[in-house]
Amino acid sequence: MTPGRLALTAVGDSLDRCIKCTVCESACPVAAVTSLFPGPKTVGPQAERFRQSQGSSPDRSVDYCSGCGVCTRVCPHGVRIAEINARARARWRGRTGVSLRDHLLARPVLTGRLGRPVAPVFNWALGQRPLRVAAERLLGVHRAAPLPRVVGRTFRYRVSRRRPPRSPDRVVYFHGCSVDYFEPWVGQMTVAILEHNGFAVDIPRQGCCGLPLQSTGLFEPARRSVRRLARSLSPAGTDGLPIIASSTSCGLMVKREAEEILGVEDARLRDVSRRTYDLFEFLAGLHRAGRLRTDFTPVPLTVAYYAPCQQRGQGIGEPAMDVLGLVPGLRILELDRSCCGIAGTYGLKREKYAIAMAVGRPLFDDIAAARPDLVACDSETCRWQIGRATGLPTVHPLELLYRAYGGAEPGSAAAGPGGQ
Amino acid sequence: MDPSARMAGNDRAAADVVVIGAGTAGLVAAIRLSQGGLRVRVVAAGHGCLVLAPGVIDVLGYAPERVADPARALAPFVAAHPDHPYARVGPDGLDRALAWFRETVAPLGYVGALRHNRLLLTALGGLRPSCLVPQTMAAGDLSQGGPVLVVGFHGLRDFSPALVAANLCAVVPAPGTGVAARAATLEWPGPSGDGRPLTLARRLEDRSLRAAVGRDLRTVLGDEPRVGMPAVLGVDRWQEVWEEMQLVAGRPIFEIPLVPPSIPGLRLFDLLRRVLRAAGGRLQVGAPVTGVRHRNGRVEAVTVARTPREQVIDTRWVVLATGGVGGGGLQVDPDGTVREPTLGLPVHGVPVPGHPRVLPDPFASHPLDRAGLAVDEAWRPVDRSGRVVALNLHAAGAALTGCEPWREKSGEGISIATGYLAASAILEEAG
Repeated sequence: MTPGRLALTAVGDSLDRCIKCTVCESACPVAAVTSLFPGPKTVGPQAERFRQSQGSSPDRSVDYCSGCGVCTRVCPHGVRIAEINARARARWRGRTGVSLRDHLLARPVLTGRLGRPVAPVFNWALGQRPLRVAAERLLGVHRAAPLPRVVGRTFRYRVSRRRPPRSPDRVVYFHGCSVDYFEPWVGQMTVAILEHNGFAVDIPRQGCCGLPLQSTGLFEPARRSVRRLARSLSPAGTDGLPIIASSTSCGLMVKREAEEILGVEDARLRDVSRRTYDLFEFLAGLHRAGRLRTDFTPVPLTVAYYAPCQQRGQGIGEPAMDVLGLVPGLRILELDRSCCGIAGTYGLKREKYAIAMAVGRPLFDDIAAARPDLVACDSETCRWQIGRATGLPTVHPLELLYRAYGGAEPGSAAAGPGGQ
Repeated sequence: MDPSARMAGNDRAAADVVVIGAGTAGLVAAIRLSQGGLRVRVVAAGHGCLVLAPGVIDVLGYAPERVADPARALAPFVAAHPDHPYARVGPDGLDRALAWFRETVAPLGYVGALRHNRLLLTALGGLRPSCLVPQTMAAGDLSQGGPVLVVGFHGLRDFSPALVAANLCAVVPAPGTGVAARAATLEWPGPSGDGRPLTLARRLEDRSLRAAVGRDLRTVLGDEPRVGMPAVLGVDRWQEVWEEMQLVAGRPIFEIPLVPPSIPGLRLFDLLRRVLRAAGGRLQVGAPVTGVRHRNGRVEAVTVARTPREQVIDTRWVVLATGGVGGGGLQVDPDGTVREPTLGLPVHGVPVPGHPRVLPDPFASHPLDRAGLAVDEAWRPVDRSGRVVALNLHAAGAALTGCEPWREKSGEGISIATGYLAASAILEEAG
């Protein structure tokens, strides 16, 4: 076992380290707002003893865990509470079946592919209340949930004709589904920032990491997805190159969750995992090594920054704060709240929308009180949730860096997500 | 080239000070260092034990008899316990640290003075001496006795007002005094709950549910000049909840701390985190420290376990504040070995082999209770011959040797004072 890497069995066994101290209960953002979820300790280490002996989940409360991972992070004793619950949720879903809605939400590539050719119609429909009400009734996607707009030209199309600069320093870019279909400008700016710092960026063809499938409880297709992705991200000639992820949740999936939750044992995945960096983790490391260009122009903005759960789950601190702190003129207010509520696709679901909004309320209130020009957050679904709830432009922190490097006004970020 | 070697430089971060541990001592040290202009990164395996503690600041409660005036008791106590952290802290250090702390957590309105221990009510109806208490417990000093109304909630776990009142009637705070306690129980607000203090505290933040509780409270009031309620009067919005309840009652209300999770502890933890961030400090939770790299007697970097790669944080100073046995900062193995598991530092005060593991009286003082790290005048751990382990490695809090915080009721005083003074030593060196 590599130091710092937790074997699958260790996740299950970790529950024996639980001393019922209630630290996780005090930090859980979902239990704070609904009695449908009795708390991570009760649903996790306590109920797991019953699940272990009976093989199935005793009740459906585990389905109300949003999977934000706060419990695992705050546990001082190393109990992998969120991972235990993710597996229990999958077993519960295995018994109850997975709805059409959850099948759809678990497949962003499908949504992107279906939506892209008819993007104007698709995006128009997102803003039409009667259609959203119908979708809520038929599918169970809440009418006000923050859904992303689909772009007509994908990220891959946009970069297909670029001429990458030559450089001995190469990196592989893991852009994920969201950049390809929903926020191509995030990918374009990532590439521009890396090239500005002297890297040649390989962008191999790639599919979904399987995270939405996993959180829906569809473990087998999720395992297939992440194995396939590991192969895509390590094409011939890219051995040993750093792999840069601009999506924090997809990065977390490859770094940790595929092995800890799905139990994927795969040499190729392990190699990819070891080489995967969150974009700002990589940039902060460059700065530490004296290699990050700091030819910044001032960005006179006040920005409220929120480090999303999925990034905190990577245990890398807040590298965006380290890097953005170098930009002259930029005033950054860090938000100390545990979750925005969306947790991937959790907050889109009809029965969970109100919970997700209540979870995010303290964060939204803090943002409103800070009166920032912009909100910055590294995770796409969190950006859509925060932007929708606060009405403020909400961007990936890399957009601020891009601007500091003299890039043009950040693309269509201000347009924000669709919804009622 | 080996890929891991090729990318090793990418997993480096830097700070002026790495503070290990996010409990009272760690956060106090981190805030003070950040205020002093240093770049601080707190790295912690998880949240510290603050949410398990009642949120009061104990300085010296028993020495071994109950202490009424900690300021006066300190000198003889230190004379009798020359290895106690307070011996190094000194009365001046304690004064300065507590004054700084009160100012730092001003929004919680801590009241009290080193010259007087308040006698607070416990959730079982006992009395507990404590020095500084949050505003919401200020009216709860029972050292002069007097009549008290104890109000609980139907269905609230682990708090029975009848039991509290019955036990309280039997205590004698001071010769010639007594407490006349009466119990009352209010309805649980809103739909039937899960009985948890946190759920109730959050419900009380809702205006309409609170109004119902207020109406209920009015009906049980009597002649008692003050009311004790379980510490569930709001989490974030405690001030609003507490003030409104007092308005309804027309007399002071004091909170009684409950079993964990402790809401007053949570309020303090939340505030300390916010103060740290506002001062520019960073907090990295869920990332256990695995060790340090050192050269020429100095720590150069701290290593952190993460999946999939270890992180290396280059640093100029380290403060170890990982707590005692309860917090995981000290580990007792089944064979009686005591270890400092994070950095493997020498542990002092470990009973000699053959010393009975369990004493006939389970509450008798066991030498194991005092085992921990010994430090020099700059709060740097020393080995058995008194030599400093590393020139820039400091330690604070419950991991220190020579004290029994649970018996002395001295835990917060030790953590705040040593965290503050360890930070002061670093700031002095930094110039």
